[in-house]
Amino acid sequence: MEPESGFIELDGVEKVFEVRKKTGFMKRERRQVRAVDSISFRVERGEMVGYIGPNGAGKSTTIKMLTGILTPSAGRLRVAGIDPSRERRRLAHRIGVVFGQRTTLWWDLPLLDSYRLMHRMYRIPDARYRANLDRLVELLDLGDLLDVPVRQLSLGQRMRGDIAAALLHDPEVLYLDEPTIGLDVVSKSKVREFLREVNAERGTTVLLTTHDLQDIEQLCKRVMVIDHGRLMYDGPLAGLHEAGESERVLVVDLERELPPIEAPAPARVVRVDGPRQWLAFPAGESAAPLVARIAAEYPLVDLSVREPDIEAVIAKMYAEQTERAIS
Amino acid sequence: MAERGVLLEGVRAYRLIAGMWVRSSMAYRTSFVVTVFGNLTVTALDFVGILLMFSQVDSLGGWSLPEVALLYGLSATSFGIADLVLGSMDVLGARMRDGSFDTLLVRPVPVLAQVGADRFALRRLGRITQGTVVLGWALVSVDVDWSVLKVLLVPVMVVSGAAIFSAVFVAGAAFQIYAQDAAEVQNAFTYGGTTLLQYPPSVFGKDLVRGVTFMLPLAFVNWVPAVYVLGRPYPVGLPGWAAFASPPVAVACCVLAGLAWRTGLRSYRSTGS
Repeated sequence: MEPESGFIELDGVEKVFEVRKKTGFMKRERRQVRAVDSISFRVERGEMVGYIGPNGAGKSTTIKMLTGILTPSAGRLRVAGIDPSRERRRLAHRIGVVFGQRTTLWWDLPLLDSYRLMHRMYRIPDARYRANLDRLVELLDLGDLLDVPVRQLSLGQRMRGDIAAALLHDPEVLYLDEPTIGLDVVSKSKVREFLREVNAERGTTVLLTTHDLQDIEQLCKRVMVIDHGRLMYDGPLAGLHEAGESERVLVVDLERELPPIEAPAPARVVRVDGPRQWLAFPAGESAAPLVARIAAEYPLVDLSVREPDIEAVIAKMYAEQTERAIS
Repeated sequence: MAERGVLLEGVRAYRLIAGMWVRSSMAYRTSFVVTVFGNLTVTALDFVGILLMFSQVDSLGGWSLPEVALLYGLSATSFGIADLVLGSMDVLGARMRDGSFDTLLVRPVPVLAQVGADRFALRRLGRITQGTVVLGWALVSVDVDWSVLKVLLVPVMVVSGAAIFSAVFVAGAAFQIYAQDAAEVQNAFTYGGTTLLQYPPSVFGKDLVRGVTFMLPLAFVNWVPAVYVLGRPYPVGLPGWAAFASPPVAVACCVLAGLAWRTGLRSYRSTGS
């Protein structure tokens, strides 16, 4: 038994693929692609972590290594003290996986049949299975759907069904790959609410990849950003703004057209359109002093603050990293 | 002992998943009944082709109709069993392309069992039924001086033959991991193999017979033991005990196929493709 320092532990984990590209008839060029490049992080039991990055950044590859689907090329990886690639089947009992775009439910059979298969495949004790199923049906509002063939479910219903299927065997960690993709607003909020509840109630560790930053904002205290196989940021969501040196924008409506407002640095006017002016200021700072100053010196009618778009923040982070790498 | 545990676990998982597929196909009852009948008709017509041939000739490569029927029945039954158990492994390539193969790897049961049970279809019983009928007719019609040994050899041939074909299915699946659009290559060996074995070895060139005797030992499904039962010479020189070599040949094929599968799976997990 190893000392439990982190529930999920990665130390210098790498994954190198060899890609063969056809460059002509019978000619192939071999190239090494470093999908994951020396990533290290720890996730404690019961944490809820967002894992984000652009397509092809290495998110899925990391998840596949954490679930034992792929074997790392180098580094050390442990989930609940288990080396996933060496003991894939033993680990399977302790993890739940939801692939957003691929259902694991049985298309032509009633939803309940898929759960019965899980019951037997994972050898879940009967009493446990019934208790878990009842609770999941209640939380995910699946009562009326159990006898409906999966092919007749809506996308949102199916996603809820898939999440329940992944939790019947009481996994200690739940990996979600794009759990809200393609869902409507109501379904999205249902899924998020449920994840919060599961995390609070059972202490399930949750690691989710997503393109929807609202998922992260509403669920995760901690976020990890990956790009080009490297971990670019690991910390609280708020800190991501600072790391990206992002700015908030104060939109000011004045009584009449005036020359650009003389704001104290680093705040500055970035745009003027008639009586409306846009002022950018660091996201980490309070807007209050700036608002007070403008209200005191200018004929103010209305104002609003625009929060930075996290996607833009991440894009900026990427750009800076690339610049640094070039120079 | 660990190996045995995995085997039992695999069989159990296979039954669970195959059961789900049977239930799924019952969701469309009419379609199920129609495909079962269609399957029976098509396989029945397959043997009608051989009957038509014999309406024009008295023998094929020196073999009479009941003798050819014996080969046909043995091969079709063995193949039918393997096809029923593992016949859908050719969807593996498609599963890898669309990524759904990964979902099998996060389950606590052996992947081979899951892939083998994939798209399990009872309509494949049609082939076994037809093969058994032809085999039964051949056994009562063929002119053989039956000994205990020869009688015992019949079920041994069917079981060993099914194991050999199963090994070819598994090896084909392992090959699909490397070449994901190679389902047709696999079909060439499985469906092609059974068609080949339905004709007497004497109608084929010696090189081909050598190939399926020593390289890809399909000849041990029926040819080699059947020539012993029928008291005929085998085109390629083989020692007398070869007629009883089908079980060890089958075991060897299964072990090799299992190793190939294991290697393939390991390679998938290190390359992701």
